[in-house]
Amino acid sequence: MLRLVKSAPPPLALRLDNISLCRGGRMVVDSLDLDVPAQGITAIMGPNGAGKSLSLRIMAGLVAPDRGACRHDFTGKQDIALVFQKPVLLRRTVRANLAHALALYGVPRARRKVRIAELLEFGRLGPIADSPARALSGGEQQRVAMVRALAAKPKLLLLDEPTASLDPQATDAIETLIRDTAAKGAAVVIVTHDRGQATRLADHVRFMHKGTLVEAAPASDFMLAQKSPEAQAYLAGKLLL
Amino acid sequence: MQGFGDAFAAAFALIVGFDADLMEIVLLSLRVTLSAVALACIIGFPLGAALAVGRFPFRTTLTVLINALMGLPPVVVGLGVYLMLSRAGPFGALGLLYTPTAMIIAQTILVTPIVAALTRQIVADLDTEYHETLRSMGAGRAARIGTLLWDGRFALMTAALAGLGRALAEVGAVMIVGGNIDHVTRVMTTAIALETSKGELAVALGLGIILMILSIVINALLMGARSASERAAYA
Ligand SMILES: Nc1ncnc2c1ncn2[C@@H]1O[C@H](COP(=O)(O)OP(=O)(O)OP(=O)(O)O)[C@@H](O)[C@H]1O
Ligand SMILES: [Mg+2]
Repeated sequence: MLRLVKSAPPPLALRLDNISLCRGGRMVVDSLDLDVPAQGITAIMGPNGAGKSLSLRIMAGLVAPDRGACRHDFTGKQDIALVFQKPVLLRRTVRANLAHALALYGVPRARRKVRIAELLEFGRLGPIADSPARALSGGEQQRVAMVRALAAKPKLLLLDEPTASLDPQATDAIETLIRDTAAKGAAVVIVTHDRGQATRLADHVRFMHKGTLVEAAPASDFMLAQKSPEAQAYLAGKLLL
Repeated sequence: MQGFGDAFAAAFALIVGFDADLMEIVLLSLRVTLSAVALACIIGFPLGAALAVGRFPFRTTLTVLINALMGLPPVVVGLGVYLMLSRAGPFGALGLLYTPTAMIIAQTILVTPIVAALTRQIVADLDTEYHETLRSMGAGRAARIGTLLWDGRFALMTAALAGLGRALAEVGAVMIVGGNIDHVTRVMTTAIALETSKGELAVALGLGIILMILSIVINALLMGARSASERAAYA
């Protein structure tokens, strides 16, 4: 896309404002400023323990920061959806998992059946709709978790390494879902260690290290050249200490 | 006193002949224990779930208390209910002593702590796993408890069956508050105790065999519930 207007800052979906969080006696998130643009897909990258998962939990309102604030204009309790690094599905069939989610999201009973059919189709879950969800393979479970999150029609979708343990085909299926969701106008945040995935999906990159933001850039710029030595070392596969 | 072999033969004859007196005793036993277990579940499931995920004063105290009550001796429960229902007691006017209702009350008191304590453990374990997920989906407390109870359904069935096993086997409580009155409050365990002391081994053995069979059935159901639970959870 051409950027004709340069001056106005892009609208934001959400902003973490000077957030700090203590866990196990140390600062695991430290004065973090991180913004999520309202348009497109934002990739959060950074080494293990950088505080990415905790940041997503703070964005989703699951963890209250010790200092700082998470700012956004979402009012509905289902406007922000989070897919965990290790998703937890209920002890029911895939279909019943989706029905349960829709009930929580306040979709009237009469409309649920149609919505479930749509969601199954969207996630290409038709053949496994009536299997016990927890008996599915890792990739299938991840897809169910993703579709379950989408059942809320969130305005901001937070994904924590959604393809970390998936084969290329399952990864491709998830990435297609992510692109479709962003195309429908939702802001998407994806935590990923996969440089190729960030290149394929992301419009913006936020690079974290030791609980703080080290670099924020448009994805195309970031992938070509990183400004911070931490990001350079990380992408070069060097050990970050 | 008959010979041992004769007693066995007579017992089998009573069972396969669906002896009317024998069947009356078995049916009353089932009525009392199943009613007690149903009531214990109605009280114990929500109580256990509330202890697991609720926030209210004395929650820990109540949990300790319920766990302690799990091992309550039936005779003590029987004595307590007797004192409540006896003519001089606070509920004496109801005239419930020596009725099946009194036996149901006593067994409900006996079984509820078992169901509640097991439910608390089951729901608490499940909640550790589900908590963040349900919260991220915006579930309120009622929806959360509902989800936990439903997903723990097979495990909760084992809690109910554990309660049933205990109620069916106990003799102390029903003896004290029921009085073992023929055709009124005589159940399997009290009948076995009485018939044995009278030397009527055929009836005692017949009832004993039926009790054994029921206990085996309950255990089979328990195993079935466990494996169904594992299939649903795949874990
Ligand atoms: N409850 C806790 N107690 C102690 N330390 C914690 C706790 N939760 C998180 N941490 C620490 O906080 C840091 C950040 O954790 P977080 O899960 O956000 O990392 P991450 O960036 O998602 O890493 P990964 O790439 O491995 O998923 C880690 O060092 C972790 O050990
Ligand atoms: Mg993580």
